[in-house]
Amino acid sequence: METEVIKPKNKIHPHKFTLWVGIGSIVMMFAGLTSAYIVKRNQANWQTFDIPIAFWYSTILILISSLTLHLSLKYFKEREMKKYRMLMLTTLILGALFFVTQYFGFKSFWNSGMTLQAGVSFSFLYVIVGLHALHVIGGVLALIVMSLKAFSTKTRNYSVVPVELICTYWHFVDILWVYLLIFLVMIR
Amino acid sequence: MSTATLHETTHYEAHGDAHHDHHHQETFITKYVFSQDHKTIAKQFLVTGIIWAIIGGLFSVIFRLQLADPNATYPWLEDLLGHWAKGGKIQPEFYYALVTMHGTILVFFVLTAGLSGTFANFLIPLQIGARDMASPMLNMLSYWFFFLASIVMMSSLFVQTGPASGGWTIYPPLSALGEASSGSKIGMDLWLVSMALFIVSSLLGGLNYITTILNMRTKGMSMTRMPLTIWALFFTAVLGVLSFPVLLSGAILLLFDRNLGTSFFLSDIVVAGKILPNEGGSAILFQHLFWFLGHPEVYIILLPAMGMSSEILSVNSRKPIFGYMAMVGSLFAITILAFLVWAHHMFVTGLNPFLGSVFVLLTLLIAVPSAIKVFNWLTTLWKGSIRFTPGMLFAIGFVSLFISGGLTGIFLGNSALDIHLHDTYFVIAHFHIVMGVASFFGMFAGVYHWYPKMFGRYLNNTLAYIHFWVTIIGAYLIFWPMHYEGLAGMPRRYYDFSNWESFKMFGGLNQFISIIALVVFAVQILFVINFFYSIWKGRKVTTQNPWEANTLEWTTPIRPEHGNWPGELPEVHRWPYDYAKDGKDFIPQDVPVGADESKH
Repeated sequence: METEVIKPKNKIHPHKFTLWVGIGSIVMMFAGLTSAYIVKRNQANWQTFDIPIAFWYSTILILISSLTLHLSLKYFKEREMKKYRMLMLTTLILGALFFVTQYFGFKSFWNSGMTLQAGVSFSFLYVIVGLHALHVIGGVLALIVMSLKAFSTKTRNYSVVPVELICTYWHFVDILWVYLLIFLVMIR
Repeated sequence: MSTATLHETTHYEAHGDAHHDHHHQETFITKYVFSQDHKTIAKQFLVTGIIWAIIGGLFSVIFRLQLADPNATYPWLEDLLGHWAKGGKIQPEFYYALVTMHGTILVFFVLTAGLSGTFANFLIPLQIGARDMASPMLNMLSYWFFFLASIVMMSSLFVQTGPASGGWTIYPPLSALGEASSGSKIGMDLWLVSMALFIVSSLLGGLNYITTILNMRTKGMSMTRMPLTIWALFFTAVLGVLSFPVLLSGAILLLFDRNLGTSFFLSDIVVAGKILPNEGGSAILFQHLFWFLGHPEVYIILLPAMGMSSEILSVNSRKPIFGYMAMVGSLFAITILAFLVWAHHMFVTGLNPFLGSVFVLLTLLIAVPSAIKVFNWLTTLWKGSIRFTPGMLFAIGFVSLFISGGLTGIFLGNSALDIHLHDTYFVIAHFHIVMGVASFFGMFAGVYHWYPKMFGRYLNNTLAYIHFWVTIIGAYLIFWPMHYEGLAGMPRRYYDFSNWESFKMFGGLNQFISIIALVVFAVQILFVINFFYSIWKGRKVTTQNPWEANTLEWTTPIRPEHGNWPGELPEVHRWPYDYAKDGKDFIPQDVPVGADESKH
């Protein structure tokens, strides 16, 4: 059995599966928060608000980053390591920029009088968007590790699993962001 | 196939064997403290759970002293507890801290982490034929997060203003405003921090349990050949992974309200004549978020006990479990319904009556899968060659308690009755029997049954029988009378009933309950002594399969090392309930099907 490996049939790698269950778990947390938001919205004292313009830039950035990461995975599989490294680094930079636009979004929101304590609807925005940003931080940290590995000359491990894991997670926070944005725009 | 995939696959396949080869180099620290062996982690959960159970149980004994005679003084209590028992009298603030911590400890630290943590860790790899969990590292982290949560919760007992005291359900505004009571101060912050750590622990555990069950089963172990224990632990993990995050979101909003001046749950509140600035919040919203976890939590506590009892009842009746697929189906139905009934805890919150009736219907539907399970347990026992081992007695006790407690659930699930019975001792009696004591019985059944596999020794049987009989009779004597008190309207969480004319008549009954509670607690100490004594001094197990059971854990050596099976993993050829078949008493799962064997 030098070259032939018996692949377990229809079995997804345990770490990937764990990630999917974890994603289910995160979804439940945001489902809890957005349900709470809907319940609260139907009660008295609800103040509507407009999404800060910077959040739209965030959206563009995270969508592009999803694409670059996806391509980077593709090149990894094709063993085009140079392209893989560049795209991984690009994703990391885009992820960091996402963060910057989020910060400016919060800042403009705050400065226009919609502070954390000014109303429940604003508090919700800070909590929901803030928690999503925390999840992006997790992804950015993973991207940093992956980029360091990609540029390290010592790395001999060519397992595709970690790349696939970060890719899945990153797409997830991307989709989650799009969902939250649509949610906050539609339900005010 | 690319090289990358090749590498991944070989790594994945070799994973277990690599572990097996390494275990000889383990140091004391990696073997007993930061161990990644699921069996050691299970024992760590169990021992931590036992310590918590003693503390939580002791708290109930202390507040029962207060309820037995509100005017009595116990000078020795002042020596022990200082200003919490000034002049030997339990102070009201302390009383509330006691009931709150009793609930928190028993629900989360004992019957969630202590029960699932122990048996999911111990049984999943052993019964599905895996060398360890999908991620032993996450598994180890799961325990250490639980340990950290324990340390934080424990330290809250020693702060000057005392631990959280707004009830284990931490409803705002009591939990959201530091000025509301002494237990709403630092004790409440520590409670929330501890629970956040606890939620991380149970999520890491749950992720691992689900992945392991779906991915790591040995050859031939199809889903429908899994022991019911594994099915129950699987659904428990699903419930935890989907419901704990919602509690986390509620806890985060609560932390914001407490510390950052938001008003998610607060509105129009006056404290000591001062109007608070908070506006627009809703305390009921917290209840929705809390009970969306809180109700599944009941089943997180109950399902492992159901699974283990099913297994133990079948083994010790020497009969196949009756209606295996119905058992799995009813577990599944309970899991689904668990998410759809949370508002039955909130019938008196001004819930829309139509919505209330929907929740009544969904709640009463749970009676159907529950009844299927009870019917199947009884038919499994029917005409069996029953062996009354201590584990079996506790499993039968579980069924008894589940029936008694379940029946009062039908009363409470009906909103018309619940409006009268809400927050009375009837509710206390109901949930203590059906999820508290019943799950404890499942846990005891599991400990007695799998102790030989855990420690290679037996527990002392005489002490076990004393433990069982005193506990089951005691549990009924404690909780049965509470139904009458509750029907008479006696409310829960009151410090002193002697001021109410209508409840004075229960003075004697309360005293009686407290005395029995003391006796039952003493017997639990007997169990703890038996447990620790037997680890070192118990009778040694000399046969590989002492209960003559079919499941895979009994095909390992008497004291399995890390990796569980010294050679190849066992291959599974049949379901785990081939008892009394074709003239054979039992046929283990790894025995190939004979040519002339009948179908089950």
